[in-house]
Amino acid sequence: MDKPVLQINNLTTSIGRGGDRVVPVSNVSFQIRQDETMALLGESGCGKSMTALSIMRLLPPSAEITDGDIMLEQSHLLDLSERAMRAERGGRVGMIFQEPMTSLNPVMTVGRQIGEAVKLHDADNRKRVMERVEELLDDVGIPDPARRMHEYPHQLSGGMKQRIMIAMALAGRPRLLIADEPTTALDVTIQAQVLQLMKQLQQQTGMAILLITHDLGVVAEVADRVGIMYAGEIVETADVADFFSQPRHPYSQRLFEALPTPQKRNRPLQAIEGQVPPLNAEFGGCRFVDRCPYAQTLCREQIPQWRGDQNSGYRCHFEDAGSSDAVATEEFELAEESIQGDTRAQALLDVTDLKVWFPIRKGVFHRTVGHVRAVDGVDLNLSTGKTLALVGESGCGKTTAGKGILQLIRPTAGSVMFNGEELTQLKGRALRKRRADIQLIFQDPASSMNPRMTVEEIIAEGLVVQGVGREQRQLRIAEILDQVGLPGDAVGRYPHEFSGGQRQRIAIARALILEPQLIICDEPTSALDVSVQAQILNLLKELQQQRQISYLFITHNLAVVSYLADDVAVMYLGRIVEQGSVEQILDEPLHPYTQALLSAVPVPDPDSKREVIRLQGDMPSPANPPSGCYFHPRCPQAMDECRRSYPAGREMDDGRRLSCHLV
Amino acid sequence: MISRLLSALITLLGVITLVFFLIHFIPGDPVEYILGDSARPADRNALRLQLGLDQPLLQQYSSYLINLLSLDLGRSLHSNQSVTALLAERFPATLELALAAFLIAVTIAVPLGVMAARRRGTAWDSSAMTMSLLGVSIPNFWLGPMLILLFSLWLGWTPVSGREQAGSLILPAITLGASLSAVLARMVRSTLLEVLNEDYIRTARAKGLKESSVIWRHALMNAMLPVVTLLGLQLGALLAGAVITETVFSWPGIGSLLIESIQKRDYPLVQGCVLLVAVSYLLINTTTDLLYQLLDPRIRTP
Repeated sequence: MDKPVLQINNLTTSIGRGGDRVVPVSNVSFQIRQDETMALLGESGCGKSMTALSIMRLLPPSAEITDGDIMLEQSHLLDLSERAMRAERGGRVGMIFQEPMTSLNPVMTVGRQIGEAVKLHDADNRKRVMERVEELLDDVGIPDPARRMHEYPHQLSGGMKQRIMIAMALAGRPRLLIADEPTTALDVTIQAQVLQLMKQLQQQTGMAILLITHDLGVVAEVADRVGIMYAGEIVETADVADFFSQPRHPYSQRLFEALPTPQKRNRPLQAIEGQVPPLNAEFGGCRFVDRCPYAQTLCREQIPQWRGDQNSGYRCHFEDAGSSDAVATEEFELAEESIQGDTRAQALLDVTDLKVWFPIRKGVFHRTVGHVRAVDGVDLNLSTGKTLALVGESGCGKTTAGKGILQLIRPTAGSVMFNGEELTQLKGRALRKRRADIQLIFQDPASSMNPRMTVEEIIAEGLVVQGVGREQRQLRIAEILDQVGLPGDAVGRYPHEFSGGQRQRIAIARALILEPQLIICDEPTSALDVSVQAQILNLLKELQQQRQISYLFITHNLAVVSYLADDVAVMYLGRIVEQGSVEQILDEPLHPYTQALLSAVPVPDPDSKREVIRLQGDMPSPANPPSGCYFHPRCPQAMDECRRSYPAGREMDDGRRLSCHLV
Repeated sequence: MISRLLSALITLLGVITLVFFLIHFIPGDPVEYILGDSARPADRNALRLQLGLDQPLLQQYSSYLINLLSLDLGRSLHSNQSVTALLAERFPATLELALAAFLIAVTIAVPLGVMAARRRGTAWDSSAMTMSLLGVSIPNFWLGPMLILLFSLWLGWTPVSGREQAGSLILPAITLGASLSAVLARMVRSTLLEVLNEDYIRTARAKGLKESSVIWRHALMNAMLPVVTLLGLQLGALLAGAVITETVFSWPGIGSLLIESIQKRDYPLVQGCVLLVAVSYLLINTTTDLLYQLLDPRIRTP
């Protein structure tokens, strides 16, 4: 436990030369001991991944390590020849990545890919590579490894692919495992499986883990120590327990305040305004100064010294910035009446038995041989000025349900009543006219806007379709830009000139300009950092209050749901399994799937002693759903009856709807 | 598979029909070529009757199709030899030339493309790409005579033309392969550069593999997928497009046969040549598709 496995001193990495030179990693020092998990936490672009790639010496060609020392046990990695470094990569240092989907070679069996690592780094098993591969697959919990090793990556689910990546890293018996956002691309129930696997393997092998993440919940779940990175620097290191009870650096504190939680429902989130400074300049003062509420003249003029030692300390001029209520947190309370809401709110959207099936075609005549039941009988209700969250894991059909409601995909069956009008019967001009009332915001604002159109053209398009005159348009656009918090000169610029958060504001402006009554938000914040997410959530909430807009919020992020939603519908394999008020669903879930989903979400509190209900396996294919209750193969409490019949939806005493035989 | 066969048949029928009517609409008369300008009208009519050219065009067309059903391609108007025999005599030469050109192209292009991609942005890269630009831009009818001038006439290393002597394959194969290898090298380079940015390449490096294993084992396999499609189309084009090269080098293949028969308005022979090229094209395309499935497990296994 004493000797550090990894010791980094004053690491500095730069990209490019001359005027284009950027320094993404600046003077970074930390250590990790055996059996220890150190989390490197920070928002995108802060230098976490570049730090990891520096350790592996796998930087892009234009980047170089300009200063510092990296020690792995007794070796100075930066002094090794390339040949000697290759022996360390995949040997004493293993690495797994964020996207298991694209991190495996698609034209090679997974067994061969793991076998390569065995041949390179495991001299004892060089004679029995395939047997060793089978053992490794077994170690990472792949069922039926003898068969699976001959499969190709596309035949495995995302969670299994990440297990394969871990097996590959384990082949060299690493002393250090670098995990770069290993669960970010996975669903929460799968994330829980993978995190548990990493913990368990660490206990068996004693390896040190460097976990790179932006998720405070994941840090609380698995890390022993944490380092916070901001603009290329480590601004704070601490034991996890200390960090969560008392974050010292103002940036760390802001990160916590920006997190959406149920307790913050009635007030705006504390977003971190502004942006990370560009890393191509010399800093004369604190790097966080422009976004820090406690900034003083000193902070601009002098680079703050590190307080404390390498394992626990922070970089700030002030010892207790922010711990006293030096700056009053502006709690501009949301208007009371809107929180109470009008309980007799008018129904705006009423979806009954919505089905969207996609035919599977085969043969010469493209005969339909079956259906992918993406949405298979969904009922939803949404009132004016309310937010209904549609939650579920990827592939459960929530996005397709949204498209079916909007008639972007014509539903196979069912009814969508909007303001008393049946949308499924509308066609042509009448449908186009109605669409103005229902708008859509997508997950990735960058790819949902035409890059060759100016912001003005993007926003105006909807108005042109509805036949609004030119002068009127300009007036409305100026108004709407102001409302979503964009500068007036944004009109003539193109989407790529804006940051991710600003682009999502443009998308919101585009949706708002038609004064819709309903906005379908499809994962609107999942591509954004926590601090920016807070800005967008605040904006959405504010707009709802002013204009009584309803939101259908499609998401997998339950923290966002707890902050924003009034009602929640939980979807599994094309069907709603439980629907009720946000308090009912999040505080007292009744359906075993809801319970498992909630328990799998990592909570940003290392002391929480919650029991994770671990679901086995993956979600089945919607082309071939299981008999009886769709959830029964993964349900920890399944009974005989669950195998036989699908439980009918029932209204419970407290008003929620539930489909389960158990309750 | 059945639908593929069906669409192949429709394609062939289309090709036959188009060629049949086009060649008949070109001014010129086969009888005139056979008997010469000074022939008497009576002799001409007799010959026309004998060759069946007096019948209405549509009837000629339908009888050609009916004969085709029993794989009878008809007889040459000139030599009265069966078209099938003539094609069988000439096709091996074309095939030989196409395959040789193809091999030359692949052996030059793949290493060149890989080299350019690995040394992206260096002098190596830019000189390789300049060479390939030259290869694409130089037309065969210029390159061929230049090669003959240099290697046959000045240096005396290779035969000037024909197919009888040893080494006579070399110059036409280089002429034909040059532009293909240029296109191919560019494509190998660009797909490889794309693949080298993929996450799984980073994984392979993080595993501790040598750069050469990363390139040849992981990257090239993936980069070849789109290249294979191009190769199939290009091999087909080699079979069909050897017309100029075969003429320049007097190479006795289908290309020169086609030119001769068009000049003489030898209708059955023209159709036979075009049909052969079309069938080879279809065969190669099908093979390419099958090969693609073999290379890409995502298509092979659901």
